[in-house]
Amino acid sequence: MSKFDYDIVIIGGGVTGSAVARELSRYTLSVCLLEKEEDVCSGTSKANSAIVHAGYDAKPNTLKAKLNVEGNRIMGEYAKELDFEFRRNGSLVLCFEEENIPQLKELLERGKENGVPDMQYLTGDEVRKIEPNISDEVVAAIFAPTGGIVCPFNLTIALAENACDNGVEFKLNTEVTNIEKLDNGYKVITNNGEISAKYIVNAAGVYADKFHNMVSQDKITIIARKGDYELLDKQAGKLVDKTIFQLPTKMGKGILVTPTVHGNLLIGPTATDIDDKEATATTAEDLDKVARLSAKSIKNIPYRQVITSFTGLRAHEINGDFIIGEVKDAEGFFDCAGIESPGLSCAPALGIYVANMIKEKANAGNKENWNGKRKGIVRPLTLSKEERAELIKKRPDYGTIVCRCENVSEGEIVDSINRTLGAKSLDGVKRRVRQGMGRCQAGFCTPKTMEILARELNVKMESICKNGKGSEILVDEK
Amino acid sequence: MDTRELICISCPMGCMLNVTIDGDDVKVEGNTCPRGAIYGKKEVLSPTRIVTSSVKVRNSNIAKVSVKTEKDIPKDKIFDIMAEIRKVTVDAPIKIGDVIIENCADTGVDIIATKNVDKI
Amino acid sequence: MEQHKLVIIGGGPAGLAAAVSARKKGIDDILILERDYILGGILNQCIHNGFGLHTFKEELTGPEYADRFIKMVEEEKIPYKLNTIVISITKDKEITYINETDGMVTIKATAVILAMGCRERPRGALNIPGYRPSGIYSAGTAQRLMNIDGYKVGKEVVILGSGDIGLIMARRMTLEGAKVKVVAELMPYSGGLKRNIVQCLNDYDIPLKLSHTVTKIHGKKRLTGVTIAQVDENRKPIEGTEEYYSCDTLLLSVGLIPENELTTEIGIEMNRITNGPDVNDRLETNTNGIYACGNVLHVHDLVDFVSQEAALAGENAADFILNGERKSNETIPIIVKNGVRYTVPQTIDIENMSDIVTVRFRVADVYKNRSLCVYFNDEKVQDKKKRVLAPGEMEQIILKKADLEKFDGLRSITVCTEEN
Repeated sequence: MSKFDYDIVIIGGGVTGSAVARELSRYTLSVCLLEKEEDVCSGTSKANSAIVHAGYDAKPNTLKAKLNVEGNRIMGEYAKELDFEFRRNGSLVLCFEEENIPQLKELLERGKENGVPDMQYLTGDEVRKIEPNISDEVVAAIFAPTGGIVCPFNLTIALAENACDNGVEFKLNTEVTNIEKLDNGYKVITNNGEISAKYIVNAAGVYADKFHNMVSQDKITIIARKGDYELLDKQAGKLVDKTIFQLPTKMGKGILVTPTVHGNLLIGPTATDIDDKEATATTAEDLDKVARLSAKSIKNIPYRQVITSFTGLRAHEINGDFIIGEVKDAEGFFDCAGIESPGLSCAPALGIYVANMIKEKANAGNKENWNGKRKGIVRPLTLSKEERAELIKKRPDYGTIVCRCENVSEGEIVDSINRTLGAKSLDGVKRRVRQGMGRCQAGFCTPKTMEILARELNVKMESICKNGKGSEILVDEK
Repeated sequence: MDTRELICISCPMGCMLNVTIDGDDVKVEGNTCPRGAIYGKKEVLSPTRIVTSSVKVRNSNIAKVSVKTEKDIPKDKIFDIMAEIRKVTVDAPIKIGDVIIENCADTGVDIIATKNVDKI
Repeated sequence: MEQHKLVIIGGGPAGLAAAVSARKKGIDDILILERDYILGGILNQCIHNGFGLHTFKEELTGPEYADRFIKMVEEEKIPYKLNTIVISITKDKEITYINETDGMVTIKATAVILAMGCRERPRGALNIPGYRPSGIYSAGTAQRLMNIDGYKVGKEVVILGSGDIGLIMARRMTLEGAKVKVVAELMPYSGGLKRNIVQCLNDYDIPLKLSHTVTKIHGKKRLTGVTIAQVDENRKPIEGTEEYYSCDTLLLSVGLIPENELTTEIGIEMNRITNGPDVNDRLETNTNGIYACGNVLHVHDLVDFVSQEAALAGENAADFILNGERKSNETIPIIVKNGVRYTVPQTIDIENMSDIVTVRFRVADVYKNRSLCVYFNDEKVQDKKKRVLAPGEMEQIILKKADLEKFDGLRSITVCTEEN
């Protein structure tokens, strides 16, 4: 028996922490994941472009480039194995000025060097043939057919659920306040007591610098880089089929326009560095910018069909690098820091990479009964008429539609609450089954969903939250 | 002599009324139906309102039954009426028109149910 | 496949009135499909008074008004299914619905009446910057939580938008002990009925700030406040006019949108202004045998007019079922001009029209001392003086079949406002 509570403590239940947890769960190691929010996928992982990048952006021969191309390559298998939504729709990078064509070609070459398969150079007319709504000003583009779109919620949740089902312990609502070095290990002090472990994985997103700096003299700085997005109604979802990027120029990185894996249209993000790492508020300036710059790529974006807007915070390391690996002056402390874009795309590969490092150091073997398969929540909407009818016969609550806009049944909501690491709040349900994600933005289904949550969790209506304590929906008069 | 411009609230038409008050003599203009004349007069002499709210219910899967004052009550009694309504809990079953509170807040007006509620 | 003569989508005020009138015209086989657990639709949560003056000549609350029609439906033994969601309708009038007891079923109808009502515009559609905390409700959601489920939604309230539901909720929350600090309205006029401003705001000294909007949402978990600013004539916030209001609740009453997802999937022609289908004077869409009425057709402010409109849809659906399609040689378009935004119906079929057709519409702005005029071709045939016209109040004109028939070479009817 080890003198530590766990072999490994992972700090952070975002896509990175969850991917590392899932890959570590293969081995005979005891793992505990700490997440300060009430649910996994509550920070950067829940508010981003939801893109699986092809891998032409990163500098050749960097870890970023390698993990991106590899992450992209295995995302398809992962999606099947873990049952989350992923579509390889392909990416386009648009060039608006003849004078920038050399940079575009450079990007193409870089992609080839990084090992991105089947990239093509297209003229303006060729690209408009593929995507008729692309602006007439576009003079050339590159096409990367391996680019994809993914549901960032279900990717993260699937990884976490599968890790949990394979023995990783998840401690939610658990915030790390300090880390102390022990002999051959660490003591993690949290709001819920102390936990000791031989190894630490620091996957704390925008707070990764804070934890790194508690154990290392080699300080790092992570800046929260805010990006505002606008999400449009499904009626606008077919405006483009591919993910449309703009060629980064001296005028900025540009704004993307993409369908989501659920059929909406997503435009954004801006890039504004901010001091407050909790400041997920959109601003009028940034929202204006999203609209203005997206119009450059695509003609006739129906801005009247915006159904919601949101901000994501990217964990930007000031030198722009991923910091992955064991910290030099802190043995057994593994950083996954500065994981900004393409972090989501890298996640599967990054999980394997980090888990391998630790497994080798710990000299751990494979778990015997490890099961890498995870079945997602049944989605009656995707079934045939006959299958759906059969399902309702077995479980009548699949026959009560709660969310009209997204066609989500009571059965799905019940499932989202009662499964591994189930939903505890309205946002938790929403991220798992899309209740309230549609055009009425939960106007109709809020009361009913609250009732289901209260019933299934056996709590009173007044304690139902939007997303964790303090965000109660109703006023408790008692 | 005093004149007041009012918006008639007798029905959703919202007619613009010109009310001239000369001692006890009140003249209403701008109304398109007799109810407007009655309203205009009343609004300047002793304004009244219908109060609607809801009352807690026992023995039903419906939490509250909607209620109203059976007829209009003096405007300055609205919050007295609400205080009474808040105190009450009733037992299902309830039928539309059932008296929930008699002579509410001494106005001489009853509070009646405006919804049918079944017992479980 | 199960067959019905008339299937009505929605058991709110429109669906109920349509069912009763179709039955009275002799349709023995009617089915109402309702998504909620009770009939009556939105009326169930509208516990305030002011309903029924036109229909029943007395002032009722929403649940009482609904009950009158539910009783008629029960007396006529018209079948209905509750907790039932229609997920698709085809051009051939095949309707697929889901519920717990029947599962997923497809039925066929001879005629269909669309009566799905409308929904509220959410915060997202307004793109108000800031956080996304709890405590922001569309007014109708808060109304349901309070009036049907009996919960308290907030203590300090700001309301954005002066639509009727927002005004009614300002009073309701005040009566329940909350402090309603202000109602901000983007437009220079209110979108609600005048009487609601008087008896919901003025009675309780709640300020109404016209040409104001919410420019920022504060609070990460639960709402802690909003910033309100004045807007210019282009509805853009004016810098320097920002004012902070602390509050735990923001109610949005910023417009209603007819719920026409099913309608558009059928391929029915839609109207850009109403967001409802285009209909002729029989309230028939461009797909034969499919009718629309109530808030799915255009948003009403009076349920009495919904009932009237729905009764007409019911009669015409009955006529279609009993006598077949009414072929006509000519339909006359109703053109809107000079301050009239739209009309319902959008076309008139002289040959088959009833003796009297009511044309309802809204104006684009607040107008004082104007006339509502009707032209046949270029000839003015009606001129009705109005002291005030406002977008929040639906207007109507009457067209008589005899007049239309008498007019030689009628090509178009124009409805417009004219300055006096």
